[in-house]
This record gives sequence, C-alpha cells and structure tokens, in this order.
Amino acid sequence: MRLRELFLGYAKIGLLGFGGVAVIARHVIVEERRWLSERDYAEVLGLGQVLPGPNVGNAAIMIGRRFRGLTGALAATAGLYAAPLCILVLLAMFYDAFGQDPHVAPVMRGIAAAAAGMVIGMALKMGTKLKPPIELVLVGAAALVAGAFLRLPLPVIVLGLGPLGIWLSLRRARA
Amino acid sequence: MILPLFWAFATLSLLAIGGANAVLPEMHRQLVEIHGWLDDATFGQLFALAQAAPGPNILAASVMGWRIAGPAVMAAATLGMLLPASVLAWCVAGLTQRLAGAAWLKPAQFGLVPVAVGLIAASGVIMAEAAGTGWLPWAVIAASALFVWRTGFSPLWVLAGGGAIGWLAL
Repeated sequence: MRLRELFLGYAKIGLLGFGGVAVIARHVIVEERRWLSERDYAEVLGLGQVLPGPNVGNAAIMIGRRFRGLTGALAATAGLYAAPLCILVLLAMFYDAFGQDPHVAPVMRGIAAAAAGMVIGMALKMGTKLKPPIELVLVGAAALVAGAFLRLPLPVIVLGLGPLGIWLSLRRARA
Repeated sequence: MILPLFWAFATLSLLAIGGANAVLPEMHRQLVEIHGWLDDATFGQLFALAQAAPGPNILAASVMGWRIAGPAVMAAATLGMLLPASVLAWCVAGLTQRLAGAAWLKPAQFGLVPVAVGLIAASGVIMAEAAGTGWLPWAVIAASALFVWRTGFSPLWVLAGGGAIGWLAL
C-alpha cells in the first residue's frame, strides 16, 4: 500500500468521524478499502483498546507500521489527527457565535442520537460477524455491563477481563 | 507553563486506557482543580465541542491547550497526549510482528476482542442514555443501530438522517 493511500484513508476517517471515529474507521478499513479482514482489524483494535491512548489512534500506528513501517505509522497518524484538529480550533474560535444558535442545537441532538445508535450497531455487527465462542461472548457482555451499568473505571475492566479473555481464548485454541 | 502542561498530558496519555472518556475525570482534576488553567464551564464546553466535531475525541486535549494559551500550548498538549501512547503502540506492534509465527499469538490477541467490543457497546449505551431524551431520539438510536448493524452502507447516512430529523422535529 502506498503512503498516500494510508494518509488519505485515515484523513477520511478523521474528517468523517462525527461522534467518535471508531465506526467510520472500521467501515473504511474493513468494508470500503479492505485493508484488513474483519477478524484482523478486530485483533488490532483489541490491542489498541487495552493499550493506553485512543483505540483507533493506536490501531492507526499498528496498521501504518504493518504496511509501511515508521513513515506509514506517521502518515496514518497525521491523516487521522491533522484535519480534525484544524476544524476543532476553528470551531472553538467561533464557539460563542455557533454554540448558542437555536437552529444548531436540535440538529446536534439528532446527530448525537444517531451517533449513539451507530456505535451500538457497530458493536452488534462485529459481535455477529466474528462469531466468538460462548465464553468470549460472556466476557464481552461482562465488559458491557461493567462499563455501561456498573460504571467501573476502564483500567479496572481491562486489567480484569483482558487476561480472562486471553486465557479463555488460548484454552479454546488448544482444545 | 508549556513544560508542566506537556507533562500533565503525557501522564494522562499513559493512564488513558480506553481513550479520552477514560481520563476525563483526571483531566478535569489536573486542568481545573490543581492548576486552575481552565474554569469548570469552559472545560465542559470544550469537551462537548470535541465530541461533536469530527475526529478522535482525544483532541479535546488539544483544543483545551489552545484555549489555555494559544498554538504553542496546543502543540504541547497534543504531543503530550499522543506521544507516549503512540510510542507504546509502536513497540507493541513490533512485538506482534516479531512473534507473528507463534501459534499462541492470534488466539491470545483474539481474547482481547470481546473486551474491546464490549467496551465499544458500553460507550454506545452511555451515549444513548445521554441522547435519549424522548421517544423520537430513542427511535433514531434504534433505527441507527439497526442500519449500521444490518447494512454495509456508510455510517454517515445515519448521522445525516439523525441531523435532518433533529432539524425538523426536535
């Protein structure tokens, strides 16, 4: 893959990632450009999730390195962050004029609802496409309950369930 | 102030398992309570702005840096937030490449996938609780989840649809 492609693919992810980049990143990488299979991407994202830092940003470093080494990692990262950073600064500069506009608030409420559904839909899609064995489905359900309902701190969830998931998955692979 | 701010964010970066939302309370403690670089309302507004704008939510750190003292501090905040975690991700990527032949690597990595997918679902549920202020937003949430789950179309369609419904009816 050429550097240009990595940069432009990630620039698209950054620029179109409203309400978080996770959903659009998976769409571009797996469905649109087919850089990685569903399973490969899930594994990279799994590592990106348990490492500190944004999961999609960590995945960008790992995917960039896999295809083009250091320059690839830099190109993917620059693509992901550069344009949104400029937009964000512009928005912050005009926030007072923009944020209080009564025409904007309802649109933002509708987008927030759609973004929430989109994130849930992506999790359902990955879950159903990857067809994990039942014990790993239960680990995923535990992560969901711990994060959304018990509101445990993320490091606690990751350190508790990460080793459990690895152990169960290795046990299944040996069986 | 550039150096203390860089260190504050670099420390946060290494605590940020799960991304920007995970370090929100600690970020607030550092920027608002300890150093007094931002007031409470501005902190909340900038974080909400970073979530609404396109791009990774972690850029909240950048825009806070910019608000505190302009471009140089923004650069320090961004680098502080991205550099330590990126170096770690780079090293782990190298490790997985070196171990690529090992039979246990793929299954071990796959064991982390349910944690990632479960936490993504959890963030969706938390977002839904905040956004679901009536029957119509809940209908948008449900339709959007179904659309992304069951079709391969770009997720941008549901954002456009949600925005249009919000404009017309919310």
